[in-house]
Amino acid sequence: MKFLDEYQNSDLATKLARRIASRSIKPIRLMEFCGGHTHAIMRHGIRQLVPETVEMRAGPGCPVCVTATTDLDKAIALAWLPNVTITTFGDMMRVPGSYSSLQRTKAEGADVRVVYSTMDAVEIARENPKKSVIFIGIGFETTAPTIAASIIKAQQEGIENFHVLSCLKLTPPVMKTLLDSGEVKLDGIICPGHVSVIIGSRPYEFIPADYGVACVISGFEPIDILLCVSKLVEQIEAGQPKVEIAYRRGVKPQGNRKALELMEEVFQIDGANWRGIGIVPQSGLKINQEYEHFDADKVFSGLLRFARNDKPVREPKGCRCGDVIRGVATPLECHLFGKVCTPEKPVGPCMVSSEGACAAYYQYGSPESSENF
Amino acid sequence: MPKVMCLAIPMRIASIEGDEAEAEVGGVVRRVSIALTPEAKVGEYVLLHTGYAIGVIDEVEAKETLKLLEEIASFSEVS
Repeated sequence: MKFLDEYQNSDLATKLARRIASRSIKPIRLMEFCGGHTHAIMRHGIRQLVPETVEMRAGPGCPVCVTATTDLDKAIALAWLPNVTITTFGDMMRVPGSYSSLQRTKAEGADVRVVYSTMDAVEIARENPKKSVIFIGIGFETTAPTIAASIIKAQQEGIENFHVLSCLKLTPPVMKTLLDSGEVKLDGIICPGHVSVIIGSRPYEFIPADYGVACVISGFEPIDILLCVSKLVEQIEAGQPKVEIAYRRGVKPQGNRKALELMEEVFQIDGANWRGIGIVPQSGLKINQEYEHFDADKVFSGLLRFARNDKPVREPKGCRCGDVIRGVATPLECHLFGKVCTPEKPVGPCMVSSEGACAAYYQYGSPESSENF
Repeated sequence: MPKVMCLAIPMRIASIEGDEAEAEVGGVVRRVSIALTPEAKVGEYVLLHTGYAIGVIDEVEAKETLKLLEEIASFSEVS
């Protein structure tokens, strides 16, 4: 397939790996922010291809994983309100909340439906005018404009029973939080490719400038990632950290203007609650006043308060998803990994989501299980 | 279609009608929204994420990257 096959060439991968090995002298630690990158790195055995001097650490870029338990509990509480249909991306279904999951809630009789796109959620709302159709809006800047577009479409077409519970999160502010915490020392960041299609390369400029950490935006094919690592190694060895785009066919420095406009139209920046990290100021998107009739948080806040049974939020015991999300621990350092916690019976979200680091490590953890390309 | 949320697949735009398009990859045709990429034209490739084209692939840049990769590959032969 065009724009895919040419970036999966194993001969080229070997040559890139050799180039990285010849240039990498001092030991460095890179973080791949995006869960899609973690998945690709594990799947293609890239950790085995790069020299021992290059350590690769998974970061917080898995939308399902960083969704706070309180938000998931809220989604489940919303599902039990009368005449409510919950629509969600499939990955959210099996994530354990404090006392239940969306999947269990559905099995117990609530109307919970998996959709592939927010467009499908708007369609469900159109076809069921007597139901309140709530979309669980998780994701980063990649997904945020698609949710903005769906809200604008619902507004234009007068679909008033469509609502969004916005749990949307922003990438650069949480990178700053991780760097400020100093919990994990980083030399370079593999910046997320599709977040950057939307926001461009400029929002990362503060990272090399203020923290001296190299930033290279990468695509998702093995050659893309190796090219990105090669550029990071060269920057770090030269002592000249900067922001570079190694995914030029998709990312422009200014991002996608139309998508940014739509986000600006519908959302306002607010604090957000991240699993494992807590409240990060200015790191989330809430629906603004003009569109508040689409905001599930506002529309249903009274009913939710009435229905709430004041059970405290509970995190799964022994689960280290929070540490894995912050890059402080690798999945292998969690005592539950692969024993109590498996993709069939996941304890924490990092094992549930197909973008979760634990799921990627479980699926492709041993060198034999990674795919040749 | 991928389960991974931040993944986006390159698909070729086959036809456009308003802010929707038919996009094709490997023989699979899908109806997609081009509300975020109104500049997309028939024949161009877009990155599809949860039913929306989030960006148009820049073929000139793609060629440049492949050229750079070829250079790296030939350089590593001699070194």
